[in-house]
Amino acid sequence: MAVPGWLSPGVRLAAIARSARLSGSAATRQAPGAEPVGQAALYVHWPYCQKRCSYCNFNKYIPQGLDEASMRSCLTQEAQTLIRLSQVQRISSVFFGGGTPSLASPLTIAAVLETVSRCAHLAADAEITLEANPTSAGASQLAAFRALGINRLSIGIQSLDDAELGLLGRNHMAAEALGTLEEAKKLFSGRTSIDLIFGLPGQSVASWTRRLEELIQLCDDHVSLYQLTLERGTSLFKQVQQGFLPMPEQEVVAEMYEAAREMLRAADFRQYEVSNFARNGALSAHNLSYWQGSQYIGIGPGAHGRFVPRGSGDSLREARIQTLEPDSWMKEVLNFGHGTRKRTALSQLEVLEEVLVLGLRTDVGITHQGAQVLLERFGCAGLSATDPPHTAPAVLGGQSSPRDLNPDSSSKQEATACSRSPEWTGALSGHLKILHPI
Amino acid sequence: MLPLVRRIVGLWVRLPSACTAPALLCPSQPRVGRCPVEHVVFRRPYSSQKEQLDMSIFHVENIRNFSIIAHVDHGKSTLADRLLEITGTIAKTDHNKQVLDKLQVERERGITVKAQTASLFYHYKGIYYLLNLIDTPGHVDFNYEVSRSLSACQGVVLVVDANEGIQAQTMANFYLAFEAQLTIIPVINKIDLKNADPERVEKQIEKLFDISKDECIRISAKLGTSVDKVLQEVIEKIPPPSVNISDPLKALVFDSTFDHYRGVIANIALLGGEVQKGHKIVSAHTRKTYEVHEVGILTPNEQPTQKLYAGQVGYLIAGMKEVTEAQIGDTLYLHKQPVEPLPGFKSAKPMVFAGMYPIDQSEYNNLKSAIEKLTLNDSSVTVVRDSSLALGAGWRLGFLGLLHMEVFNQRLEQEYNASVILTTPTVPYKAKLSSAKLIKEYGKEEITIINPAEFPDKISVSEYLEPIVLGTILTPDEFMGKIITLCQARRAVQKDMVYIDDHRVMLKYIFPLNEIVVDFYDALKSLSSGYASFDYEDAGYQATDLVKMSILLNGNPVEELGTIVHKDKAYAVGKAICERLKDAIPRQLFEIAIQASLGSKIIARETLKAYKKDVLAKCYGGDITRKMKLLKRQAEGKKKMRKIGKVEVPKDAFLNVLKRQPEK
Repeated sequence: MAVPGWLSPGVRLAAIARSARLSGSAATRQAPGAEPVGQAALYVHWPYCQKRCSYCNFNKYIPQGLDEASMRSCLTQEAQTLIRLSQVQRISSVFFGGGTPSLASPLTIAAVLETVSRCAHLAADAEITLEANPTSAGASQLAAFRALGINRLSIGIQSLDDAELGLLGRNHMAAEALGTLEEAKKLFSGRTSIDLIFGLPGQSVASWTRRLEELIQLCDDHVSLYQLTLERGTSLFKQVQQGFLPMPEQEVVAEMYEAAREMLRAADFRQYEVSNFARNGALSAHNLSYWQGSQYIGIGPGAHGRFVPRGSGDSLREARIQTLEPDSWMKEVLNFGHGTRKRTALSQLEVLEEVLVLGLRTDVGITHQGAQVLLERFGCAGLSATDPPHTAPAVLGGQSSPRDLNPDSSSKQEATACSRSPEWTGALSGHLKILHPI
Repeated sequence: MLPLVRRIVGLWVRLPSACTAPALLCPSQPRVGRCPVEHVVFRRPYSSQKEQLDMSIFHVENIRNFSIIAHVDHGKSTLADRLLEITGTIAKTDHNKQVLDKLQVERERGITVKAQTASLFYHYKGIYYLLNLIDTPGHVDFNYEVSRSLSACQGVVLVVDANEGIQAQTMANFYLAFEAQLTIIPVINKIDLKNADPERVEKQIEKLFDISKDECIRISAKLGTSVDKVLQEVIEKIPPPSVNISDPLKALVFDSTFDHYRGVIANIALLGGEVQKGHKIVSAHTRKTYEVHEVGILTPNEQPTQKLYAGQVGYLIAGMKEVTEAQIGDTLYLHKQPVEPLPGFKSAKPMVFAGMYPIDQSEYNNLKSAIEKLTLNDSSVTVVRDSSLALGAGWRLGFLGLLHMEVFNQRLEQEYNASVILTTPTVPYKAKLSSAKLIKEYGKEEITIINPAEFPDKISVSEYLEPIVLGTILTPDEFMGKIITLCQARRAVQKDMVYIDDHRVMLKYIFPLNEIVVDFYDALKSLSSGYASFDYEDAGYQATDLVKMSILLNGNPVEELGTIVHKDKAYAVGKAICERLKDAIPRQLFEIAIQASLGSKIIARETLKAYKKDVLAKCYGGDITRKMKLLKRQAEGKKKMRKIGKVEVPKDAFLNVLKRQPEK
């Protein structure tokens, strides 16, 4: 686990202040105790793709006779049901993921946003992200999405090498990706993110860094970097398993990772979460809320949520999963107003465990005081653990040494923070035990 | 289990209502099945009129007890099939393949594990003869069984493949028969084969066994060619047993089987007197007294008779509950009429030990009962409970030899559907103690070491001993150089080298048993393209230089991987174990040194590099549940790992090192 460093509170505040784009939600996160109870992030799952990618094991389907009007009405119906159930007054951010949500008609996206702002307060500057694939995001569509309220775009570029794209089963070419990126940067300036995958069969450190270098020149202020994970059941998994494709050695992939971190850092990117890099404060507010343990509502087939269903009188946070298969999901939404298939009430310990696991993915990590705050506020919405008061004397697992976004001063204390040695984890769980008398 | 059932049914089918030859005392009874022979029919055991057979009509001079001995695959069992057919003991069909090999493993491997006996009736020159064929196990692991079986015989049929010629086991078996002063009838089998060269084989027999080639009978057991000649020779050449019915009962137990309903069935050869139902008999070994419930002959199924008389061979049931009560080689006599027990009795002595563990500990009880059942039929396996930190509860089993071990394992799998982990076999070492304290502790000066954990330190030992064997290798001379190199690498000392014909050599070596228990036979076979044959016999113990080797993970010893090795072999063995561990232990977040050490001296090392974790995996809303599950599963997995220092070792890693490696 590599968490690049620990921000001193002052520096962090400065960083947040600089990122005015994080607006309302950022302001509330500064003072944990003051975070409004009635707030949640919203995830919308669009389950359709044009083509199956060889590495992807998401809940996605190739549409056959898709009735988008029904889909649209079900999404809005479920959004309304679940927001009411959660009794949140405010939706802090919206994320359209998939599948390929940029394949949905702008009408559908608009209808969902419209419902959300009818059921709860959706600030005018709230982050609203759409995932887009380079092919389906034609320029006119992108403009249409922006016009209806999308203010952040996440493009699945994955690679700039046509052969690699073929291997991944993507249905776009590198040139198309660059075109889309160019277009997006115009429309969503400073709020365009790209996804990249490395550690591909046949990839070398040199080929990876060359492509990355190219992309750093062209990209906007946010990059998500993923090492290829071979997922069971995907065609890529099978091909590697059968020995048709050679996976690069662990050492090689580790070198790719180190090289990428170094290059992104040199280009002023901050690794604010293990897989996510941002500069100029362009952090994803929506994703950050997952890692901070805030509550979120998931709608659409197979979407996950974590929120307290206050509407039904419950006070425990629940892990909720919507029905996977779109047709069954739609049926359930029509019959019951929502397609929640599984609800699991989370114990205090489980919530804390999640906060721990997720918080440690961020560069700010998790703090002693943060955990206390969590406990005090347990059961309430918005279990933010990351932002301790200014006076926080120490954070777990390392010295809270000053670090700003200047790459020069950050290198030294990385050594203390970046290896997740057993002792370190042990110390954290020890703290959890002390803090949490179960 | 199905094959077993089918096999048994098959046997019944193939032996329809035993239509055998001679006219015996047999009042009216229904004739069942087809009867090609006119005379009289033996009764089935299930008939209401039991014990109809009167064996008294066979006088001693009309009895011949003989065995067929041969190297593996030279056609011993096929010849037995033909003899059974000719004498009408079994019906002649196409299905008679190795009728006496009842076990699936015997049929699959083409070997005989369990001695079988069949009484044949043969009409020759106007006289009905009783020919008792005692089929012996073909392998030296069962040498003791062979020698006991032979002691019930007066002669042997020595079968040699016309193509392969004399092989290592041919030699071993010949000497057993020769030392027992039995009449030897040489038979050259498979003369129908294209590459058959009976003349060459005759020359080998002449040279090695000093038997005139005129005495050799050339046959094809498969086609039945000249097989009746074999029977005639048996009658002409082999003397009848020199016994007397008027002597007190003296019966040699040469085999035993266990029947769940009737208890132990002992196969016996009567060397004096007679025995019948109701007799009170005593075992010379255990001194226990039993009442005889049933006697009979084997055809090859049990066929009750009224009595058995001196010179005859048959079975006896006398309420023995465990096979150990009817040990092979034991002598039975009548209560209050003790006789001098037959010489040479000894209990089976295990030569090779291996740990046996259930793959899943929940299978422990099933495996336990399977082992118990199997050892009921095979008293030569010793069973001691054992447990290993890595493999859980299990047993340390002692076997007569390697084949015995494999056969036992295979029978467990086939007949009891038990899958087991079998560890690399080890041999029993000995140590002569010099420390007075230890001598007092053990109560003796010489101790046997089976478990490396019990290995006494060199300071308190005057001498270590290891078991040795006399190995015989027969090979075409072109492979001789390679074989000699192999033997030298195995610390073997050459004792003899003889050309048995122009191209074939017989080599005799003293081997440390430890050097041949794992892969010697495979190595020999592969470097001689399968042409060399190997056999060995126990040759006692010799002084040796043993050390205890420890395996360390980052400096911490792994108890279950400690081994006893010869000093000269420590480096190679240590290196091999370290390499296997390196492949078996998953990489961890830190570097792991895998070392083999003798005392404080490190003799081999492998380094397992640190794991490079995939840190860049996405984790958003939908991934969180999965991630938490994964972490829980990892935590569970860690519980199952053995922690040696900081190093987590999965059970599989131990398995990979401890279990027998598949043959290459």
